[in-house]
Amino acid sequence: MSLWRQLTRGLRALTHRAATDRETADEVQHYLDQAAAAHRARGLSPDDARRAARVELGSPTTVRQEVRSSGWEHAVETRLTDLRYAARKLRGDPGFTAITVLTLALGLGGATAIFSAVRPILFEPLPYPAPGRIAMIWEIGRDGSRDQGTFGMYRELAARNHAFEAIAVLRPWQPTMTGAEQPERLDGQRVSASYFAVLGVAPALGRAFQPSDDRPGGANAVVISDALWRRRFGGDSTVIGRQVTLDDDTHTVVAVMPRGFENLLAPSTELWAPLQYDIAQARAWGHHLRTVARLRDGVHLDQATEELRALGQRVLNELRPATYGPEVDFAAVALQDDITRGIRPALLAVLAAVALVLVIACVNVTNLLLARDARRGGEFALRAALGAGQGRLIGQLLTEILLLSLVGGAVGMGVAFLGVRALVLLSPPGLPRVGAIGVDGAAFAFALGLTSLVALACGLVPALQAARSDPHAAMQQGTRRAVGRRHGARGILVVAEVALALILLVSSGLLLRSLSLLFRVESGFDSSHLLTMQVQTSGRRFAEDSTTFRFFAQALDAARGVPGVTEAALTSQLPLSGDADLYGVEFDPAPVDDPGEVRGTFRYAVSPGYFETMRIPLVRGRLLDERDRAGAPLVAVISESVAKRRLPGQDPVGRRLRVGAGPLYTVVGVVGDVKQVSLALSESDAVYLTAAQWRFADNAMSLIVRGRDQPAALAGPIREAIWSVDRDQAVVRVATMDDLVAASAAERRFALTVFEAFALAALLLAAAGIYGVLAGSVAERTREIGVRAALGASRRSILVLVLGRGMTLAAFGIGLGVVGAAAASRVMTALLFGISPLDPVTYAGAIALLAGVSLVACSVPAWRAARVDPARTLRSE
Amino acid sequence: MHRSFPSAESRRGLVDQPNTDVIQGTLDMLILKTLSLEPMHGFGIARRIEQISRDAFKVNPGSLLTALQRLERAGALDAEWRRTENARRARFYALTRAGRKLLEAETADWARRAGAVARLLRAEG
Repeated sequence: MSLWRQLTRGLRALTHRAATDRETADEVQHYLDQAAAAHRARGLSPDDARRAARVELGSPTTVRQEVRSSGWEHAVETRLTDLRYAARKLRGDPGFTAITVLTLALGLGGATAIFSAVRPILFEPLPYPAPGRIAMIWEIGRDGSRDQGTFGMYRELAARNHAFEAIAVLRPWQPTMTGAEQPERLDGQRVSASYFAVLGVAPALGRAFQPSDDRPGGANAVVISDALWRRRFGGDSTVIGRQVTLDDDTHTVVAVMPRGFENLLAPSTELWAPLQYDIAQARAWGHHLRTVARLRDGVHLDQATEELRALGQRVLNELRPATYGPEVDFAAVALQDDITRGIRPALLAVLAAVALVLVIACVNVTNLLLARDARRGGEFALRAALGAGQGRLIGQLLTEILLLSLVGGAVGMGVAFLGVRALVLLSPPGLPRVGAIGVDGAAFAFALGLTSLVALACGLVPALQAARSDPHAAMQQGTRRAVGRRHGARGILVVAEVALALILLVSSGLLLRSLSLLFRVESGFDSSHLLTMQVQTSGRRFAEDSTTFRFFAQALDAARGVPGVTEAALTSQLPLSGDADLYGVEFDPAPVDDPGEVRGTFRYAVSPGYFETMRIPLVRGRLLDERDRAGAPLVAVISESVAKRRLPGQDPVGRRLRVGAGPLYTVVGVVGDVKQVSLALSESDAVYLTAAQWRFADNAMSLIVRGRDQPAALAGPIREAIWSVDRDQAVVRVATMDDLVAASAAERRFALTVFEAFALAALLLAAAGIYGVLAGSVAERTREIGVRAALGASRRSILVLVLGRGMTLAAFGIGLGVVGAAAASRVMTALLFGISPLDPVTYAGAIALLAGVSLVACSVPAWRAARVDPARTLRSE
Repeated sequence: MHRSFPSAESRRGLVDQPNTDVIQGTLDMLILKTLSLEPMHGFGIARRIEQISRDAFKVNPGSLLTALQRLERAGALDAEWRRTENARRARFYALTRAGRKLLEAETADWARRAGAVARLLRAEG
């Protein structure tokens, strides 16, 4: 009841201010009249009675004001007045407002966007129970490179270890689902039965795999994702037990995974089937499985690695598998570290960059507010003199700054949304958890809080000073008062800003130079006009290797027949595509002092014509050709790096080698080295054989086509040509070779794009800072400049004076920045390629750019100073 | 900060008259008590308090009108514009049921505290 009255009366006073005031006035008037009447009744004359009543009552205005300010609505009205005043003030100074809001928005938006993107990837725990206990198991080569695991090793480790609750192996699987609807190629995984137990996620419907599913010849069970369940089965809960046809085989759906389940080891996966490996198969010891495991509670990663080393060595000593080199190490790596391994340096560098931008934004806001406050000293003194209390002045300023922060925050939020979208679009293909990236409210609140605090801290200074000082003296001095003192502080801020901007400029310059150096690296083949795609065979009819060979031969012929195609070839793996099919290669007889392999040798099973199509140069001997068919003498071509390192000073042609545990091949030629993994890595040991002379048929081959002009335009006709051979086979990963080359530098390019954006922002902010300080000081020193001019200083000398002051600040900033950049760029070493973090060209370029921009920022106020008319200045005093 | 206008209290203080300020915190109770007899307008309430206290208390009009607005909003009083006997428009205040309860509570509280003060003074004397 009373609360209701409080509310309605207050609201009425707010909305009907005039009527409420009139009522109060009436009541006060009535009181006065009554008091006067009472005095008259006591015998005073009407005039005296009125005077006496007035004395009793005091000023009616004061009484009205007293009544009026007693309700809660009065506080609201004060705030609203402050707000209106603040808005008017900000509108009245559009330059200041625009720069401040933009600065805030850039700093806030940038920081929020970057942090939002980085947090789910680097800092948030993975979306699994006890995610810290999930680890990848890697085999480490002598050079520290990581190799995939083998089924044989997995089987032994799983049986013998004590450190893990469960170990699982997995490999990609892309079955075609046929049935009532259109055939659909699906992304899937073949996993050992323990896979879901390792992740700690149970299906939403049905049962997880059991060991009995994962046996050679076991029942064809399949687990499907929530997305596939909804898309293909309409979310029907009776799907469990239903038969689906995958690659011509019927499979039984045994489970549906929960809706939010993220399969981080292969995010696009929609279905899983048991691995069903036969240890007797030749492939059982091939390195093509990833191994993931869940640590027992309380077991540390180091302990696990320790045990893996011992166990792995024992297994190798006992079983001596041919696919393992002499020195293999094992390591358990936390899953989170593992999936962020490639992108982590780029993300951390970007995070550091945005932190710098945020600091620059804070410095700039401080600078802008200090400059403005200096101009407003007189205004505050005047208001204090008119009776505004300290609280009122602070409240007023607080409102202004909060309004500024709010507008800046709102614009910043827009920047953050756009920034996050841009980041997702720009993100390199290897970026994990892209789906989990969204604008992070906490990060935004933090950034907004930080900038607001800075704004408050420097914004309240003038109010406190005005309230404390003697209003009389302050007003006499007008706006010139607080000026000189704060110039020092603002100069230091500008120096800091320039220094930070230089750090960002140098960093992005280093990245830019790295990238251009990287693209100048010879890939070892001619990527122009090359189109690549992977052709996969699936289904029971390809159980026989001869069928597979026949299909690929026909497909290759069909592709060669497409108009516009000049050359075409097939290969079991494609450089720079992420393929890594490595084998141990041993010469027989072993050369003296054979240093052995670093990691393994890339095994290419190719069609004749591969080298010609790729334009890989022949160094010695001959290339593979049509003579090297099945049944003919087994021959191999090796890369120059293998020849140079393992057979130094000898003629490799005629030497014999073994690829894995297999028959002997005779080396017939040596070809140029090719970048296999990325342009930045120099791993290039390779052995090439014809597909027909390899011991099994690869069921996925990459088709490489060289076209006359636009290779991308050939994609459709070639796909049709392949399908004319067999309608059901999948053609995936269509890309031009140039795209693959660019993609192999995607992390660096991503970091570079973000750095360039931030460096530009920093440059603009620094320029705005220098300009703001100089323009302010010129405006404040107009009188002094006028006097100088009157005393005979030339325009030129005044120009030099102002420019000198600005460029001195810039020079100090640049000096500091060079030191900072030298320290900061060491952190980025992982992202650099081919240049030192102290690359003098980059530093010189960044310094020249920053100095140039500073000069431009200085020249406007300097020019203005030089045009000060001494006569007018002196007259205005 | 000093205020721009000296208050009524300090004005009286300057000419060294006996203190006629309403005891701090009792104005609400005095208003409620006065209105418990009949609805009245602002001046009537002030007049009544001064008369019954035999001019021991002078009511400050600003404080009185503010207190009336506060009590009205708190639901202790109802306010209504009415014509007085000499045909002037005046705002009349009447005690509500909540106001009556408040008066009882304040009276009891005052009695307890006044009694305590009286006992203390007696003990000292």
